[in-house]
Amino acid sequence: MAQQTPQLTRREPETTAARRGIGRALLRRRELSILLVTIAAFAYFSAGSHGADFNTTNNYHIIMQYFGPWAMIAAGEALLLICGEIDLSAGFTYTFVPFVLMSFYNQGLDVPLSLVLAILVSMGIGLVNGLIRTVFNLSSFITTLGMGFFLEGMTYIQSNAEPVNPPITGTLGNVLGGWRWSELVWALLIVALMQVALSYTKYGVYAQAAGGNPLSAAESGIKVNRVKIATFVLTSLFAGLAGIVDQVRVGSFDPTSGGSPMMFMAVSAAVIGGTALLGGSGTVVGALFGAVLLAIIQNGFTLTGVNAYAFDVVIGVAVVAAMLLNVYISSLRRKYLR
Amino acid sequence: MSEEETNSQVEAVVPGPRPGPDFGADALRVEGISKRFGPVTALREINLHVRPGEVLGLLGDNGAGKSTLIKIITGFHRPDSGRILIGGEEVSLRSVAHARSLGVETVYQDLALVDELPVYLNFFLNKELTVGPFLRHGEMKRRASVALDEVGINIPSVGAEVRALSGGQRQAIAVARAVNTAAKVLLLDEPLAAMGAREGGQILRLIDRLRQRGDLAIILIAHNYSQVMDVCDRVNLLQHGEITFDRPTAETSVAELLELVHAEYRTA
Repeated sequence: MAQQTPQLTRREPETTAARRGIGRALLRRRELSILLVTIAAFAYFSAGSHGADFNTTNNYHIIMQYFGPWAMIAAGEALLLICGEIDLSAGFTYTFVPFVLMSFYNQGLDVPLSLVLAILVSMGIGLVNGLIRTVFNLSSFITTLGMGFFLEGMTYIQSNAEPVNPPITGTLGNVLGGWRWSELVWALLIVALMQVALSYTKYGVYAQAAGGNPLSAAESGIKVNRVKIATFVLTSLFAGLAGIVDQVRVGSFDPTSGGSPMMFMAVSAAVIGGTALLGGSGTVVGALFGAVLLAIIQNGFTLTGVNAYAFDVVIGVAVVAAMLLNVYISSLRRKYLR
Repeated sequence: MSEEETNSQVEAVVPGPRPGPDFGADALRVEGISKRFGPVTALREINLHVRPGEVLGLLGDNGAGKSTLIKIITGFHRPDSGRILIGGEEVSLRSVAHARSLGVETVYQDLALVDELPVYLNFFLNKELTVGPFLRHGEMKRRASVALDEVGINIPSVGAEVRALSGGQRQAIAVARAVNTAAKVLLLDEPLAAMGAREGGQILRLIDRLRQRGDLAIILIAHNYSQVMDVCDRVNLLQHGEITFDRPTAETSVAELLELVHAEYRTA
């Protein structure tokens, strides 16, 4: 056919910036911009006055301790946000699940069985979140807020508000946080798994469709609710696993650990990494970069003696700036990447 | 087209099944379909048929029963009485998925596209090609590109997000997707609504190309009479749950159709 699509001829002249390779790559891969910011933060603190303290293996390990659990939970939250949902209870699942393990263990079950049951319980938490969300059509904000309070209370009941020593030792203990870098391996593994699931499986397409346009997804025959429930289950699974691994590393199951700060850091990491809060698009690798960035900033502030309170100020600014950047980049994408 | 001439205008006066001479040739045949919702009669003894390679325009005001009729043909509602034949075989449509599996595809007004996904993933939405658990991105891009070329749609790249496209391009993707699933009967629900003249023209040309393939029966639901006259072979007018007019477009005019509708308002 000879006719030309009118909107192509109406196309605005492209700016030189967007034409250049880097510009296009930045628009195409939304993780890239946050990676650059993360590298810049790393460079800033390594080259700064406290660079000698910053660039040690021990300090890298401290940074890992920060972002490990954030990244694990953020991998689930990113997918939930892409589905158009959120899990505010993930931080409390992190706190609660180790005590579930303890209660099975205290009833005489051995460690591996208690571990498996604790993991199943954490998936069950996600299942309940997902079912309440979809069956009763209650917003995930309310559903998981309630679940968060419920789990916080249950944690205190289970633990009598006292920390305990994890019973997980030996090889299993090393795998689950005992070995110095095992938490990093878990975080990278989960992030890689979820990024592959997002980019290269039907599940990823359905998650984006469920969040982007639930009606269209349903009309195409996609089981939107099933996709959402599965994502709630995965998020709770990762949160429970993060709770066990992180607290085995610390050497103490602590009822005051995790909670909403943990959840907010995970959600912030996902958002800073380029995942839209309203669903439809996002990246898991970006969430990892977001978590690493937040960890570097927190660690760098500590080393350089910046007031700890300033960290929250920076996170607040970073989250809003990341959202603004997201909106701006999306509009640029629409303009230049056709 | 002689069979249409013989039973052109007095459809509603002679209700009931109407076996035509080309009984087996119809891709879709609806005979004596009625549907009530409580006290409201939505459809009364509807007869409708469309052949492969034919474009049937279904006109009617809001509330005339168009959407009820579409929903019966697509398996969403069940008729109270009457029968439906697809490819000459009587069927009892259990669900939308069932109708789809029999080759009845519908492009709804909302198009069922996901803005955030690229063109090719929309094209294969819920019908993705995979190797084991993994998506075959390259193969889907290639096939979507070929299929879109075949129906003559200009899209800058199958990798582009759908939100970057115009209304006409989006409509074309939805149509091409429906055609690609080997549909025998394609229902287009107001494809020209909320579309500029130029984009509407592109869609009409696309419908025309689909007609020329000869294997697809198309039902075009529309408001705009002149566009219907341009592209349709035959027009059915639905008024108050009955088909009151069935004639080849060559033997009628926009003026006549308008007159029929105006007469409806005068009597109302």
